[in-house]
Amino acid sequence: MTKPESVLIIGSGAIVIGQAAEFDYAGTQACKAVREEGVRSILVNSNPATIMTDLDVADAVYIEPLTVPTIERIIARERPEGLLPTLGGQTGLNLAVELANAGVLEKYDVKLLGTPLESIRRAEDRELFNNLLAKIGEPVLDSEPCETVEACEAAADRIGLPVVIRPAYTLGGTGGGIAFTKEELRTIAKSGLAASPITQVLIERYLGGWKEVEYEVMRDGAGNCVTICNMENLDPMGVHTGDSIVVAPSQTLTDKDYQMLRSAALRIIDELGIEGGCNIQFSLAPRKDVRDWEGDPSEPLPYYVIEVNPRVSRSSALASKATGYPIARVAAKIACGKTLDEIPNAVTQRTTAAFEPALDYCVVKIPRWPFDKFALGDRGLGTQMKATGEVMAIDRTFEGALNKAVRSLEFGRRTLLWEDPSWQEASAIDLSATDTRLWALMAVLRRDVPIAEVASETGVDPWFLERLQRIAAVERRLLSEPLERELLLEAKRMGFSDEMVGQLADRLAEQGRELRLQLGMRPVYKMVDTCAAEFDAFTPYFYSTYEQENEATPEPGLSTVVLGSGPIRIGQGIEFDYASVHAAWALQDAGRRAILVNSNPETVSTDFDTSDRLYFEPLDEEAVRNILENEAGETGETPTSIVQFGGQTAVNLAEALWRSGQGIIGSSAEAIDTAEDRELFERFLQNLGIPQPPGAAVRTLEEGLKTAQTIGYPVLVRPSYVLGGRAMEIVQNPREMVGFLAQAAEAAEGRPILIDKYLEGREVEVDAICDGERVLIPGIMEHIERAGVHSGDSMAVYPPVHLTEDEREAICRHTEQIVLGMGAVGLTNIQYVVLPRDASGAPQVYVLEVNPRASRTVPFISKVTGVPMVQLAVRAMCGETLASQGYEGGLWPERNLVAVKAPVFSMSKLAEVDTYLGPEMKSTGEVMGIDSAYEPALAKALLASDLALEPGTPVLLSLSDRTKAEALPLVHALHDGGCKLYATEGTGAMLDALGIPATVVTKVLSGTHPNVVDVIEDGSVRCVLNTPEGRLTGSLRDGFHIRRAAAEKRIPCFTSIDTARAAIETMRGTVTPEVARLDEYVAR
Amino acid sequence: MSSARLALADGSVFEGRAVGAPGHAGGEVVFNTSMTGYQEMLTDPSYAGQLLTLTYPMIGNYGVDAAVEESGRIQPRGLIVREVAPVSSHPLSTSDLATFLEERGVVAIDGVDTRAITRRIRRHGVMLGVITTESAEDALERVRALPDYDGIDWASQVTTERQYGWGAFAEQNRLRPAVESRANKAVAGLAQDSPRKVLLIDGGVKRNIMRSLTARNCDITVLPIDATAEDVLELTPDGVVWSPGPGDPQVQNAQVEETRKLIGNVPLLGICLGHQVIARALGAGTFKLPFGHRGGNHPVRDERTGAVTITAQNHGYAVDPEGLTASAEVSHVNLNDGTVEGLTMRDEPVMAIQYHSEASPGPLDSMGMFDRFVEMMDRAGNGR
Repeated sequence: MTKPESVLIIGSGAIVIGQAAEFDYAGTQACKAVREEGVRSILVNSNPATIMTDLDVADAVYIEPLTVPTIERIIARERPEGLLPTLGGQTGLNLAVELANAGVLEKYDVKLLGTPLESIRRAEDRELFNNLLAKIGEPVLDSEPCETVEACEAAADRIGLPVVIRPAYTLGGTGGGIAFTKEELRTIAKSGLAASPITQVLIERYLGGWKEVEYEVMRDGAGNCVTICNMENLDPMGVHTGDSIVVAPSQTLTDKDYQMLRSAALRIIDELGIEGGCNIQFSLAPRKDVRDWEGDPSEPLPYYVIEVNPRVSRSSALASKATGYPIARVAAKIACGKTLDEIPNAVTQRTTAAFEPALDYCVVKIPRWPFDKFALGDRGLGTQMKATGEVMAIDRTFEGALNKAVRSLEFGRRTLLWEDPSWQEASAIDLSATDTRLWALMAVLRRDVPIAEVASETGVDPWFLERLQRIAAVERRLLSEPLERELLLEAKRMGFSDEMVGQLADRLAEQGRELRLQLGMRPVYKMVDTCAAEFDAFTPYFYSTYEQENEATPEPGLSTVVLGSGPIRIGQGIEFDYASVHAAWALQDAGRRAILVNSNPETVSTDFDTSDRLYFEPLDEEAVRNILENEAGETGETPTSIVQFGGQTAVNLAEALWRSGQGIIGSSAEAIDTAEDRELFERFLQNLGIPQPPGAAVRTLEEGLKTAQTIGYPVLVRPSYVLGGRAMEIVQNPREMVGFLAQAAEAAEGRPILIDKYLEGREVEVDAICDGERVLIPGIMEHIERAGVHSGDSMAVYPPVHLTEDEREAICRHTEQIVLGMGAVGLTNIQYVVLPRDASGAPQVYVLEVNPRASRTVPFISKVTGVPMVQLAVRAMCGETLASQGYEGGLWPERNLVAVKAPVFSMSKLAEVDTYLGPEMKSTGEVMGIDSAYEPALAKALLASDLALEPGTPVLLSLSDRTKAEALPLVHALHDGGCKLYATEGTGAMLDALGIPATVVTKVLSGTHPNVVDVIEDGSVRCVLNTPEGRLTGSLRDGFHIRRAAAEKRIPCFTSIDTARAAIETMRGTVTPEVARLDEYVAR
Repeated sequence: MSSARLALADGSVFEGRAVGAPGHAGGEVVFNTSMTGYQEMLTDPSYAGQLLTLTYPMIGNYGVDAAVEESGRIQPRGLIVREVAPVSSHPLSTSDLATFLEERGVVAIDGVDTRAITRRIRRHGVMLGVITTESAEDALERVRALPDYDGIDWASQVTTERQYGWGAFAEQNRLRPAVESRANKAVAGLAQDSPRKVLLIDGGVKRNIMRSLTARNCDITVLPIDATAEDVLELTPDGVVWSPGPGDPQVQNAQVEETRKLIGNVPLLGICLGHQVIARALGAGTFKLPFGHRGGNHPVRDERTGAVTITAQNHGYAVDPEGLTASAEVSHVNLNDGTVEGLTMRDEPVMAIQYHSEASPGPLDSMGMFDRFVEMMDRAGNGR
């Protein structure tokens, strides 16, 4: 195949559950790889918080909605010779298929590169795939594609319950599940059919308790095939692999098993004709004492092929990080026509990509679920993925890697020692698949429940359970035996933190650490080199372990450590990885060695060539201090650290580093404390004469009620030092206060709870960069939703459209005063609320919150203003002034463009979670709409976040009394726009009074039909406008059912009048958005 | 568990725990990077006289299964691992690794930093070493007393004592047939009525070679390494396989001479040591690699087609093509270091490969080599 002249790469859009940062990692690698080949790269993605949409990653960058018409316009403009469809997740792949089906590719003569379309179809279409398997003699699992609920029932009758329902062409198993009863079958079939873009589900025999094993394989255009990695799930079949604890390489497979599946994987990709990377999932028969199956165990174990992903995937990102083999990079080169043996191996710099990595360590991945935020959500795990992110840890044993992975999760301060309080008295601990099953397994093993019993109940292979039991045995020894060298070494080799050791051996963490150091017990660092040390390698990629030889000896030159942000979770998304990556690059530009610490395998920051040295380690105090000591070496100097780019994870380490005497560059721990400590902060603002909503920090319910009484309801209640507005609420009255404070107290973990007057005004956000003397404000963002909706869930507009000149001035003045007064160096994010002018006519700007760190808006503002914010901040932290970098202070001239950032939610995947917008953040990702004017930019943002309304869309209205008046113009606009209206009773009465026709539907609890949920489910309405009544929402309330039904049906559901207004105003579709490169907009 | 140590010829000592049988063991320390297949490796005769370091840290996870052994005993003198699994789990497991080592009287050490050992060998080349529970000083003394590995005819120590028929042997010992992937069931020439008569010269053969050929309708007779060309040709075989085996091919001068007499007279397949012996018979030389090729991930390119295959390898010596007769050519090369991985003859039915097409452990991607051998025999037979 000849090399194309130019290639279009489609990104995966916003971060949602099932499609996270891994595709930024893949896309960025692909763009770089394509450019290395001298091929012009054209990138389109709607997600601004990505490295791949940086102007210097691809030759042409489009941040535009990922729709067929938009991409067609880009193709018409750029005329790429090829399209690379397999690097943008399921979104990118589906779009490529749609573009082909719509004839766009043919029209513009665009060739699909890499894996051919026909291969994609044969892998994704179950019937074609089963035929293919049968042809090459691979076992086919009994299944049947169905397009109606009735067909599903018939299929289940034939196959026999239980069955798995897998919706076609969806990501993360959305809408699917396992049905044990006919009733469950009907329910899941319905949601699965709704989730599938082609209204098709697969009904499949359920192999509960069988092992799940994955292979990451590659094939080039010449037919050469290699396996990159195999992985074994601790959780048996039935739990989505994205929600499973995964181990690499496989642990319980013999060489015969391993090679049998490997050969099958290679035969499958060869038959499919894959050109690039591919993920194949197998189900392998378990031990007969765990789950019995038909057949003779002395024969090769039976297996089935479960699924094939003919593209780069979450698993391939994990495999890349687990092995050091850059799958996306190699896949992109294959797409450009290279064969595996023509692609150099960047790790060894001598061999080629035609080899299979050999691991000399064990890798454990644990998903990060959002149930710390959604405590009331359904925590059961099944075929539909629920995790927002994941952590990975590496060690020489499973136990070591597992403990380190748990430490990396940052789920509270939960270690493997954690037990649910309810387990203390429980007669039997629930071992069903939930987010806490790992801890439940530990709990039952601590209580001496026999392994055989646990294995047959859960299907978890006894090997894993025995290993967990070994951990429990060491716990027991730590509890009862003197803490001597041999015992401590065993505990450390199993990944116990000093804190865990201390907790069990009745010592403070610091004492545990002292003892360990006295015994000369320090971790060594080993390299991830793809070849088990067979060849000299140049990957500066390390993990810790307690052994003899240290390979990460300090290197000459001034080093600085960038602390990353850990797993992707709600409130701490890919934006912080973006900032961490740029921080590393900026340090390198400033002539320093950049050392990165992170635990998230999905990211660009953990790519081995992002920094000078990567430590794949938990982001806890112990791991970071060990790394700093290692970098200091015998006599060397401890490197300084940067904490302000890794979100709250890194900021929370500031105090510990400061306490242990380690240097932090940028804002000091004191500045951080000033911002986070309510009283210090209040005094600080008072001294500057800057207003903030009245309030106080409280520690008890009495104090809380008193404070609220003094300042007057409604009040905003939130714990200090947490991210993403966790456990934050607007409280209307004392009754709500009593209920809510308990919840907030738990999240606060002993720190005070903040209670502030809730000011319902226009929310404005600012990011500022300071060198200690001057403050540069790259841009001001105005939120579309009023204060009260978490900034991460708000739509934000740059530049502000409603602020007057004097309001802008006041904001800039306050910002400058706060940043300089705090002594913040580097980045600071400040949120303001702007109230209507008072009698004097002066602008009323209140400070809501100051974060002396990079915020989630950094990538957005960097991109739309062209100001390299992280670079400027890092160099300022290294001692260079803004002036010496060519920047003045003050507000950066506003660009001649409008950009709108819109949040994206993953609510259809999280059953039982309430979707209304409030002070607690719920979105998982973001998109951007950019254009030369507000309306088209807003229209694009809505389109990209799936909130755009077609004219005439039928709408269900259910409005709270407080918002009825404000909603009036919107109701008129909908009516005038030809929308058929449905309303709940109260709202219906209002419409009736206005003379606007509407169908009134009953509430769910009334028991009559059609009710509010029926009209959503049967498709009568295609949009919901529901403003919640009061804030104490429970699952019994009608509003909750309406919102959940809308989420399941995947139709827009507006719970803020402001978002609804934006959507309704753009519904008319009078403007045609432009399509242009990001740099074209910015240059205007 | 008592402490143990590994002492190397360069004076370095690694501390660990004693596992397996008591006592001490000395030999050439080598490493293998395969992540699975410890039992196959432990029973591979090519490890005779060596101490085997496994780079994968957790060894023994799936226990042991008597049916997958590649020979009747543990071949390396000792085993060096980061951790002998305290527990094992697999549907076919009949015992665990520690017991297996103990019962077979093999010394092992675990708890050592195997990556550090591997890096040392990679940098300084393979070297002699001793595993012992004695003091470090005594251990180093023992290392110094060890004879040089290269001068010993290891293959003659592991060859079969007498000629035997594989089929009867396998039946008698209830050995399971080859575990090839399902689709490979349709292998070359199964339709032929009478089995092909294959002679195998045993310099340390792995059972999966016999299993793989049996699956291709071959009837195999195994001969000791000192079988002469006359012995071989007298039995009128359809083809001859020269097996893998341990040690320096330079000590096999007599066999090189005998093999030269076979070339052109009978279809010949050489694997590993067999490849080296055939190469020498064709005029090529051999040399010792600094630390060998041992693992299941070595890329080999077929020079005639450009196709790259991932192979299982286990050899400490390589063929130097200098002097190779003009009627032979290098058919395969190793992508990592460019060494010779295979030879063919232009006009004679001779194929030789340095890597292990029989896998076990390792990828099954080269099983087709046995198909080609069968085809070669059939062509030669039809021509005669």
